[in-house]
Amino acid sequence: MQYMLLIYTDPAQEPKYGTPEFGAMMAGYNAATTAMRTDGVFKSGDGLQGLHTATSVRLKAGKVETMDGPFAETKEYLGGYYVIDVPDLDAAVKYAAMIPSAGYGTVEVRPVMVY
Amino acid sequence: MTSDAPDNLARMLADVMRQDRGRILAAVAARLGDLQQAEDAVQEAAASALVHWARSGPPDRPVAWLIRVAFRKAIDRLRGAGRHAATAAALTLLARDEAAEDPEMIPDDRLRLIFTCCHPALDPKSRVALTLRTIAGLTTAEIARAFLDTEPTMGQRLSRAKAKIAAAGIPFKLPEAEDLPDRLNSVLTVVYLIFNAGYTVGPSLDRDLCEEAIYLARLVSALQPGEAEVEGCLALMLLTHARRAARLRDGETVALTEQDRDLWDRDAMNEGLGLLDVAMARGTPGPFQIKAAIASCQSRTPPDWPQIAALYAGLYRHEPTPIIRLNLAVAEAEAGQLATALAAFEALAEPLADYQPYHAAVAEFMARTGRTGPALAAYARAIALAASPGDAAFLTRRRDRLRS
Repeated sequence: MQYMLLIYTDPAQEPKYGTPEFGAMMAGYNAATTAMRTDGVFKSGDGLQGLHTATSVRLKAGKVETMDGPFAETKEYLGGYYVIDVPDLDAAVKYAAMIPSAGYGTVEVRPVMVY
Repeated sequence: MTSDAPDNLARMLADVMRQDRGRILAAVAARLGDLQQAEDAVQEAAASALVHWARSGPPDRPVAWLIRVAFRKAIDRLRGAGRHAATAAALTLLARDEAAEDPEMIPDDRLRLIFTCCHPALDPKSRVALTLRTIAGLTTAEIARAFLDTEPTMGQRLSRAKAKIAAAGIPFKLPEAEDLPDRLNSVLTVVYLIFNAGYTVGPSLDRDLCEEAIYLARLVSALQPGEAEVEGCLALMLLTHARRAARLRDGETVALTEQDRDLWDRDAMNEGLGLLDVAMARGTPGPFQIKAAIASCQSRTPPDWPQIAALYAGLYRHEPTPIIRLNLAVAEAEAGQLATALAAFEALAEPLADYQPYHAAVAEFMARTGRTGPALAAYARAIALAASPGDAAFLTRRRDRLRS
């Protein structure tokens, strides 16, 4: 089964660039990605640029409306994701728990729809 | 032959299903990987049993018959569905085991099903409902009554939970060794919630939830032997349940120290104490064993309060909740450390503002230390919050005795 691991974090809670904690976080991400690749479960994954770069798009009566900002203004926002292919939810949760942001944010685990 | 009359067959089938539905369902669910489809397959097998048994007489071994036919029904369902890898794997498993010499000899899959029903990815209330439905075999209506829900609401809760198991890929398998303690704790928490629901509602239900919880704990203990916390959980429930006949007198709750010990169930008590010894000898302590040890200390005359206080202090390290802190304070007060206890009561006033036992405990110790005014106020609050008429009657009598 494929699962998307959606990484939600509050930027205020994240380690700041240049601090030892930031280094540890990046090392943690490297370790998680390496584990997923080595185990052959990694499909894709990336970090996203900050909230200030977000644009929201809607169609209103066929007309494209674009707005500055994210879908919803919340404290925690989507900062990145992985897609992995594993046998079941237990395995997906194991990989989700390797993601350093799980320590100060939330990783939501969602199965990918099969058509 | 009168024994094969439709009524008798229906009764025989109902007996088999009450006894063994969980086993049959677990066998199908573990292979099919979908609880709703498994339930439907078992239901179809039961319907087909009535027809076939009426025609050719009941089989010698009805459970084996039902498992085999349920496997066939599951195979039919899979063939009807679209083909993908998971379906093919399930088909292979089902076809192999359907052809088995003796389907009753396949290993018991109920433990896997219990771990699935109590999976932490499900909402806690759904875990309880699902376990009662699939393992204990209660009907949706019975579960709804036990939790004061309407039947449609409970039905929706159950089908949402089953849909999540299927769609989110919650597996039907035993947890890995490193996850076992946590997952077992999740199972025992569900079992104990069922017990507590039965304790609160009392034996008025058509199915006594306390008995169901004890049955479930025995089942887990038989299928996963040698686990101290499982034994501790079973011991705790046996020790508590042993006092059920003494707990109420003329509709009024009776305090533990005032209970008529002749009404205690000696066999249950001894089994609980024996189990607790076995559990503690394993050297892997945990919260259920501590709670069982507390129940054991409480059943001595007089209760060993310093020991109970020490046990609650240990329990608080596992579960640092205000309710455990309250119990610790009560034990400290009973053991003579009144000043420590009163300070704790004060600190707990806010987190336990709506918790009846908190106000009852405050009332009791205010009264003992001669502070009648605060005691009466605390009694009034406790009576207003009382969960059962028995508790309200007990508290009212204590208050009236203080007034006179």
